[in-house]
Amino acid sequence: MKKAVLLVMALVLTFTLAACGQSNNGGTNGAAANNGGQAAGGASELTGSILASGSSALQPLVDQASKKFMDQNPGVTIQVQGGGSGTGLAQITAGQVDIGNSDVFAEEKLDAAQAEGLVDHQVAVVAMSTVVNPDVAVDSLTKQQLVDIFSGKVKNWSEIGGNDQAIQIINRPASSGTRATFEKYALGMKAEDLQGSIQEDSSGTVRKLVGETPGAIGYLALSYLNDSVKAVQYEGVAATEENVANGTYPVWAYEHMYTKGEPNEVTKAFLDFMMSPEVQDSVVVEMGYIPAGKMQVKRDVEGNITK
Amino acid sequence: MAQSKQHESKPHLVEEWVGKVYTALCILFLVVTIFSMVYFVASKGLTTFFKDKVNVIDLLTGIKWNPGGDPPLFGALPFIFGSFSTSILAAVIAAPLAFCAAVFMIEIAPKFGRKYLQPVIELLAGIPSVVYGFVGLSVIVPLFRDIFPGQGIGIAAGALVLSVMILPTITTIATDALASLPSGLKEGSYALGSTRWQTIYRIVLPTMLPALMTGVVLGIARAFGEALAVQMVIGNAPHIPGSLFESTSTLTSAITLSMGNTVMGSTHNNALWSLALILMTMTFVFVFIVRWLERRSKI
Amino acid sequence: MMKAKTVDKIATAVIISVAAFIVILLAGLLGYILVRGLGHVSVDFLTSPPETISEGGGIGPQLFNSLFLLFLTMIITVPLGLGAGIYMSEYAKPGRVTDFIRLLVEVLSSFPSIVVGLFGLLVLVNMFGLGFSLFAGALALTVFNLPLMVRITEQGLKSVPREQKEAGLALGLSKWKTITSIMMPIAIPVILTGTILASGRVFGEAAALLFTAGMSSPRLDFSDWNPLSPFSPLNPFRPAETLAVHIWKINSEGLAPDAAEIAAGASAVLIITVLLFNLVARWLGRLIHRKFTASK
Repeated sequence: MKKAVLLVMALVLTFTLAACGQSNNGGTNGAAANNGGQAAGGASELTGSILASGSSALQPLVDQASKKFMDQNPGVTIQVQGGGSGTGLAQITAGQVDIGNSDVFAEEKLDAAQAEGLVDHQVAVVAMSTVVNPDVAVDSLTKQQLVDIFSGKVKNWSEIGGNDQAIQIINRPASSGTRATFEKYALGMKAEDLQGSIQEDSSGTVRKLVGETPGAIGYLALSYLNDSVKAVQYEGVAATEENVANGTYPVWAYEHMYTKGEPNEVTKAFLDFMMSPEVQDSVVVEMGYIPAGKMQVKRDVEGNITK
Repeated sequence: MAQSKQHESKPHLVEEWVGKVYTALCILFLVVTIFSMVYFVASKGLTTFFKDKVNVIDLLTGIKWNPGGDPPLFGALPFIFGSFSTSILAAVIAAPLAFCAAVFMIEIAPKFGRKYLQPVIELLAGIPSVVYGFVGLSVIVPLFRDIFPGQGIGIAAGALVLSVMILPTITTIATDALASLPSGLKEGSYALGSTRWQTIYRIVLPTMLPALMTGVVLGIARAFGEALAVQMVIGNAPHIPGSLFESTSTLTSAITLSMGNTVMGSTHNNALWSLALILMTMTFVFVFIVRWLERRSKI
Repeated sequence: MMKAKTVDKIATAVIISVAAFIVILLAGLLGYILVRGLGHVSVDFLTSPPETISEGGGIGPQLFNSLFLLFLTMIITVPLGLGAGIYMSEYAKPGRVTDFIRLLVEVLSSFPSIVVGLFGLLVLVNMFGLGFSLFAGALALTVFNLPLMVRITEQGLKSVPREQKEAGLALGLSKWKTITSIMMPIAIPVILTGTILASGRVFGEAAALLFTAGMSSPRLDFSDWNPLSPFSPLNPFRPAETLAVHIWKINSEGLAPDAAEIAAGASAVLIITVLLFNLVARWLGRLIHRKFTASK
């Protein structure tokens, strides 16, 4: 009796696994067959499919660009999925996707060995600004003041020239790429999570909370700035596209699209398209990013700036 | 059974066999699913301890969560504390309400109750948790910010949102228990000249207490596992808060906040799986408590 | 005696006011969501695709995804749930194994949806290579809809009078035939009502889908109904953002200037749909019940 039960159990497992495997194969096979057929038909026309996943901040940009690309190349299908930078990097390393989108350098999240075979394509630059509640009477903060605030040394706006109002930090979780950028280039140090600080992963929620909470301070990508929050200058420099491009405003990061090894023809064509003026001057700017080509300075993984 | 089979014709046997195998396969699928879930979550969650050499005791009792620090610290006690305090507080708010609703529906106005109150409460269960979170963030948080010290977010806001979400769970069970109460019990009490409240207080409440407790535990279990609504209103700081109105985290909010941002296989990611394992273990604990309560109420 | 009566009156008043409070709470909740959202709902809003950065985006694909995902989930859940439910109520012999299975079903039904989602991410999305897809989402939803379905089926079958079941067996029908042709028709009102109510839950689920069906909605070509084509709305292997996930996403990441209105509008649509599910379930249950009892 026991043996029979075991046997049935094994059978079911095989069946379910086989069913799943099959359906999955069916999908990819179908797509592959499709590619082959079309490639044979017209040699000049680009055909194939691309799967991209990762950073939810980068997703709308890639998604928008992919729609344009597909309009021009009807034989190409591109799927852009979210999931977060970590997911994107993990999936590209495992070869599950063609492009892994990330807000941070792969080396910052992966071991050196894992990041080895990945090729970085920096498609845009995202700049961040410190934002405060509109009622806070401070217009500019120095690096030291920011460090004091985010390390909890300064607890009231009156200590740094504002009105008498307790400071409420609206931070990002420790795993966030936005936070990593802010800490690295605005604070120059890793800040600990303070008792009572709020942590939100999403820019929308951060903006809402900064806008509503008296004395709140946080940081947002430029694309999320609006009237509900007040952007403050960093060391007297405003977070504008110009200041970022010429290197005077330091709080920015690249948006990366990683491929494993050199990309195949279709993926390469799409990445080239991402860098073309058609995307860089329209979609990238519309989404509040700064075109990678506009940058007069370059930065490597360690944060070293070169002109 | 064996005898009757001999009399049955062949198509019957085949039919019977098909039915039996089909239904048994369905059950097997269910069992296999549960086992694989437990297996995969456990194996992922335990990697933190075996491969990344994080001490189990440190994880369960540490109060500092700093995965990016040097050395990285994985103290999950603040999350565990947050989960328990919000869900228990939610049950404390919801239980009396649920009790009153049940009594109203069965003892005071059965017709009105069955026709209006019950659908209303079932509707509360149907409202998606994202909508609860949305309303919590737009109504409860600003309200608390104005009334109480602090920023409105925190355990109090989380518990209040959760209490509405688990109200249907507790009410349904309490109502069922109350309805199944032998009517002789109540009639006897009335015959002795007791008022309705005396009857409820002295007879009904003690008899249905185990069932009410079952509902409360199931409610706590549901609140414990709720993720998005809580994450939106609790603030998510990895600290044990000093007050009910200070930012803190729960197990679920810690997971949703960082799961997508961390790379699978990294220590930080594995630690999140350990949190999921704690969540899963707690589910088992809750189910066992419920079973124990049910067995007690039968006696 | 007088005192007891006063206490009784106070207690009754308290209980009635609590009941009234619950009704007001729901009315306020629904009112808040509907008043804020309905102004934004229009035919255009319900059918047009969302916009990332400009105003005027709709929720068309999301609404479709939600319904299609629900359909997929039910296609998987219903046969499995019915089968498992029939087994538990008719075939399972009382004993340790059955008790154990019952315990498992109970555990599965109280698993947090986020744990189910993570399991889906690990096993369905990554290990089986389904990627973020409707199919992975449907399987994940099946996992926590299944115990509900089992319980509903069991309840339905229990509601069948014993005489009817025995009459079937006495007629010389096999057990399976008795179940399918005599017991099931009688149990259907209970099962149907329960199933529709369970669907409502699927409709509003978000946490488990974040990790399985994904948070992106690829371009859909609503003229392409070949399920294998990648842009076909019917392709079960494409990622799909449902309405509930969409609300969560625009609340948190929305870049469109009218994100708040869209979230409110989408919430209203979601609530109305769930309400409809509830009403239809009740109405259908009553209708079928009446039909069956009248025909007897």
